[in-house]
Amino acid sequence: MGTEHAHSNPNAPDHHDEHGGSHGSMREYVVGFLLSVVLTAIPFWLVMTGAIPDKQTTALVIMAFALVQIVVHMIYFLHMNTKSENGWTVMALIFTIVVLVITLSGSLWVMYHLNHNMMPMSHDMSQVP
Amino acid sequence: MAIEAVDHSHWSPLLGRLWLDALPQEPIVLATFVVVALGGVALVAALTYFKLWGYLWKEWFTSVDHKKIGVMYMVLGLIMLLRGFADAVMMRIQQSIAFNGNEGYLNAHHYDQIFTAHGVIMIFFVAMPFVTGLMNYIVPLQIGARDVSFPFLNNFSFWMTTAGAVLVMMSLFIGEFAQTGWLAYPPLSNLAYSPWVGVDYYIWALQIAGVGTLLSGVNLIATIVKMRAPGMTMMRMPIFTWTSLCTNILIVAAFPVLTAVMSMLSLDRYLGFNFFSNDFGGSPMMYVNLIWIWGHPEVYILILPLFGVFSEVTATFCGKRLFGYSSMVYATLVITILSYLVWLHHFFTMGSGASVNSFFGITTMVISIPTGAKLFNWLFTMYRARIRYELPMMWTVAFMLTFTIGGMTGVMLAIPPADFVLHNSLFLIAHFHNVIIGGVLFGIFAAINFWWPKAFGFKLNQFWGKVSFWLWVPGFWVAFTPLYILGFMGVTRRMRVFDDPSIQIWFVIAAFGVVMIAGGIGAMLVQFAVSIWKREELKDETGDPWNGRTLEWATSSPPPEYNFAFTPIVHDIDAWEDMKRCGVERPTTGFRPIHMPKGTGTGIILAGLSTALGFAMIWYIWWLAAVSFVGILGYSIFHTFNYKRDYHIPVETVEATEAARTRQLAAAGA
Repeated sequence: MGTEHAHSNPNAPDHHDEHGGSHGSMREYVVGFLLSVVLTAIPFWLVMTGAIPDKQTTALVIMAFALVQIVVHMIYFLHMNTKSENGWTVMALIFTIVVLVITLSGSLWVMYHLNHNMMPMSHDMSQVP
Repeated sequence: MAIEAVDHSHWSPLLGRLWLDALPQEPIVLATFVVVALGGVALVAALTYFKLWGYLWKEWFTSVDHKKIGVMYMVLGLIMLLRGFADAVMMRIQQSIAFNGNEGYLNAHHYDQIFTAHGVIMIFFVAMPFVTGLMNYIVPLQIGARDVSFPFLNNFSFWMTTAGAVLVMMSLFIGEFAQTGWLAYPPLSNLAYSPWVGVDYYIWALQIAGVGTLLSGVNLIATIVKMRAPGMTMMRMPIFTWTSLCTNILIVAAFPVLTAVMSMLSLDRYLGFNFFSNDFGGSPMMYVNLIWIWGHPEVYILILPLFGVFSEVTATFCGKRLFGYSSMVYATLVITILSYLVWLHHFFTMGSGASVNSFFGITTMVISIPTGAKLFNWLFTMYRARIRYELPMMWTVAFMLTFTIGGMTGVMLAIPPADFVLHNSLFLIAHFHNVIIGGVLFGIFAAINFWWPKAFGFKLNQFWGKVSFWLWVPGFWVAFTPLYILGFMGVTRRMRVFDDPSIQIWFVIAAFGVVMIAGGIGAMLVQFAVSIWKREELKDETGDPWNGRTLEWATSSPPPEYNFAFTPIVHDIDAWEDMKRCGVERPTTGFRPIHMPKGTGTGIILAGLSTALGFAMIWYIWWLAAVSFVGILGYSIFHTFNYKRDYHIPVETVEATEAARTRQLAAAGA
């Protein structure tokens, strides 16, 4: 700090040539497109053919594909990496994941414990369609 | 009293559910309607007579200047404060007379609307506009920017918030408002139990205003992240800017949850879905869970910016740097994250069992630690300082005393076993008014007194400010201490009549407190009027009336349209104080034309169409809904072809403005 303070900043031209996020190459888009097609087609195939007999396993596998799909979109279409926008994108992503995990796991935890203070029911609710 | 005897099943293709039975029926509402209608006609006539429409349209309604939008937000908040306060007065009168078989003067249908409207208005259309308005006005100035990142979006956000407010106000005279309490819990808010338009008004008002809130959150984050003056690293940002950043992050993360919950409730009501019904696998408890995932961060959305205000005010009026700048920043960040981990404390009694309740009880208590750290930072800043007790500092001290007690009663409620006793009692009501009035509202008043000279070029009258202060602060305690006591006695919230005559005295005392608060609000309006009247005597020539520390005080009061002729360069926390200390000369030559965004009427037109859409959906006027929806899409597409989005302020204008400022400063001897 000191005397070298320069208050004035001769108005830099208003057009900033900031290339914070690149817009990707043709190759990236093609790779991303192919990956998302494959990642969409497999779950469809799983459901339509019933390749896995157990429904719950099928659901879990589809969820896994959905997660991979999200990552593919973020990398190939949103061009996110650890350096874009000075790391703000990654920070925002981490914050989003933290909030999502809190919200989803918290809600499940809360909702599955709601029977704790309930009176015993005379009939079994699981029989209700 | 025959309340739901009215049959509202009428429907016609042209007007939907809207029919003569939607017009005011009760004498109180009718009288209010007449007064408001006459007042409205008088206002329109006056604006026309003085030929102000063109001025308002050109200079304010279509303006994308963040300063003007900020002021418009504050005006919206003030108007809605009067409406919300009128609701409070009506409730206090009702509760202080409805004893010994007296039914009071409000029937249940009307009373239930009043407490719902009071909550909705005070949170969404008073506190939110005030907070957003402050951030809008101050943040760009504090970071040395000329406007926000997306100036048109800013104007659009403001008008969407206003559209929501307009819908709530409409419900007073056309139809009814929700009778569900401010969060509209199902199954009460489902079609089966709220068959008419009240809950639909609620849903559409919040959905439309929510668009505005979310977009202004995006806008301010982008502004703070991308548009800081050179040299202003994150850890050199003023605390108010920091708290604004965290608030807007919370807005962007939390409001989509509200939107989703409201959408699901709409699907239940409009299309017979069963998300929150008792049947077919629906769960009303999921609504409670989800709405508080938004609701708790919302509390911090409201209070964080005011923590920033208190930090700026304390540092300025103590004449020294804020104690523990970095601890203040980290406390804010910790609160931001923790505010997502406490939502269940709003429904301990729903029955999630001991393990869930203890987790959320502990997280709630933990969040008081960073808040306490902030309080100590302010106290240590004041320690051994030459404190100037101007109005903003008085409000800050009142906040510290009031908010601390509100915080302590909050920690009491965070203990699950205690909450089982106090839940839904007047103790809870006293607690959250204690933190919202003592924190948010006192903060707004501190901010208005602090930044008014910046916005308008003259200080506020001190005498009437002090009258307002001394009516408000004791008035608050007279109004809400009885509620704490009644809460301990087990009196529940939202009661219209009482059986036990021994508790009447407490409601009478509370009503007297409200009279004092009314005096405080009145004195504040007088303060504004007197200050405008005597603005020449109160004039601020220097642009820095309080010996401020941050960049907004570096420019003139009111700031020119472009805020800063040259972007300031920042070398330290409290950049303006640093510049003053180092004797930085204000540049008087070398100006260039300044590139600025241009005003547009698109925001107000789109918001007008959204109001029509909301109104049509509320009343089942399907043709109007379709037309306005197509209108919104069409006009948005049309707006993308508007290429006249910017202009340059010619260098002569900049030179003239800056020369006038030089003369003004010379005359003021600065």
